Amino acid sequence: MTQEFLSQDTLVSLHDVGLDFKSRQVLNQISFNVHRREILTVIGPNGAGKSCLLKVILGLYQPTRGECKRAPGLKIGYMPQKLTVDASLPLSVERFLTLANNGNTGPVDNVLQRVGARSLRHSAVQSLSGGEFQRVLLARALLREPDLLVLDEPAQGVDLQGQQALYHLLAQLRDEQDFAILMVSHDLHFVMAQTDQVLCLNQHVCCSGTAESVSKHPEYLNLFTNNEVDDIAIYTHNHDHHHDLHGHVVEEHTHSEGGCKHD
Amino acid sequence: MIELVLPALLVGLLLTAIAGPLGCFVVWGRMAYFGDTLAHSALLGIALGFLFDLNLSIGVIAVSSSIALALTVLQGQRFIASDTLLGIMAHGTLALGLVLVSLMETVRVDLLGLLFGDLLATSYSDLLWVGGLVVFIAVTLYFIWTPLLNIAVNQELAQAEGTPVGLVRLLFMLLLASVVAIGMKVVGALLITAILIIPAAAARKLAHTPERMAMIASAVGMGAVVCGLGLSWQANTPAGPSIVLCASLAFLVIFVFARRKDA
Repeated sequence: MTQEFLSQDTLVSLHDVGLDFKSRQVLNQISFNVHRREILTVIGPNGAGKSCLLKVILGLYQPTRGECKRAPGLKIGYMPQKLTVDASLPLSVERFLTLANNGNTGPVDNVLQRVGARSLRHSAVQSLSGGEFQRVLLARALLREPDLLVLDEPAQGVDLQGQQALYHLLAQLRDEQDFAILMVSHDLHFVMAQTDQVLCLNQHVCCSGTAESVSKHPEYLNLFTNNEVDDIAIYTHNHDHHHDLHGHVVEEHTHSEGGCKHD
Repeated sequence: MIELVLPALLVGLLLTAIAGPLGCFVVWGRMAYFGDTLAHSALLGIALGFLFDLNLSIGVIAVSSSIALALTVLQGQRFIASDTLLGIMAHGTLALGLVLVSLMETVRVDLLGLLFGDLLATSYSDLLWVGGLVVFIAVTLYFIWTPLLNIAVNQELAQAEGTPVGLVRLLFMLLLASVVAIGMKVVGALLITAILIIPAAAARKLAHTPERMAMIASAVGMGAVVCGLGLSWQANTPAGPSIVLCASLAFLVIFVFARRKDA
């Protein structure tokens, strides 16, 4: 895990990034860094540009303004929200996984066991349920031995129990393999407890900061009967501006453009 | 007697051997109509070949590749759905080819041969360039197999993991255009897509890996060439349609009687 390009701590650095689609602004003035071993959660309402931000970081979109720098040789493991493989393509889980690492079947068993999907090794990818495929996608991202794991709404369509289990697993994996995690969540209030930095996005960065642990909120503790709350935390928003129905910033203070101070 | 059909048989076998794996990618990527458009534009390639006194196959490859490029660029626009666009390109280029061919007074062109193939007129010199082209296609395909498969599974994931999607797709289109040039000789502009997709579709039920499916597709196609030429010899039917008919029958038999093997 110690590679020389990791000697400086920054994996990805965004500086004043903006993205337009057909002259419509999707992202504006976004600056932040992803550091080694850091867990960063991007939250925001639908249409806030969360997925677009991920795609800029993955290199799928070129930013219209500003720049997105990646550490040289950075290895990214990407877990898309969902993925459908055409039914005409005969593909086992094992083959799907080894497509990502030059056909090396050696680590497959281990990594499948790690994500709790060992029994699926020889299944056809088209026969998997949503939750099963999600674990397989995580396994594929892990097989690449990434420096940065990028997850697009990993908790969507998973119940609270499954969400806890997933966050727990991610935290363990991060401790074992020392990668950074960047994930997107549509849930505005619940984030992974180990999250170092939360970024609230609505075309620009509305606010950012650390998440307070659930354990400090007795009223939320009451919602749970057992001790499995360690994996989820609450993020308290600290906005200094409001949005109108179209997502535009309502001018109510003296800042002219963007009207948003975030730190 | 056999010397008369031997070059035709060999050219047919070479075409279907290489059309097997390429056809699988056409089926996996739902590109049947795209292949059809390339095939129809081949007639324009022949016409331009005559006009500029070029080798006809080079004319076909050049025009089909250009059409493939134009389609890739045009599919970025949002005004017309891509199937409509493909229809316009397919029939527009076919019509232009037909008009140009009919305008040429110096050469007498066998229009039926262009549309449905004239396999029995194949000579040993045809065998040489077809053989060379098939070797080129096979070698290129060998080197881009894994990235091409990754793109067939999911283009976005492949791109995020660092597959050079643009380059690989470009090479694939060039290979497809080369197959179209060979197919013009064997089955004609209107039936080339059939040689690509019918054996691949027939192979799906019998295969549990992508490679197996490609090999079975080649075998089905080659079998169809032998049977089709036999039929053509016995019943004096046109060779190209006879081959496609045999492939279709093979598909039907496999589809009805084979039990599906899943990965």
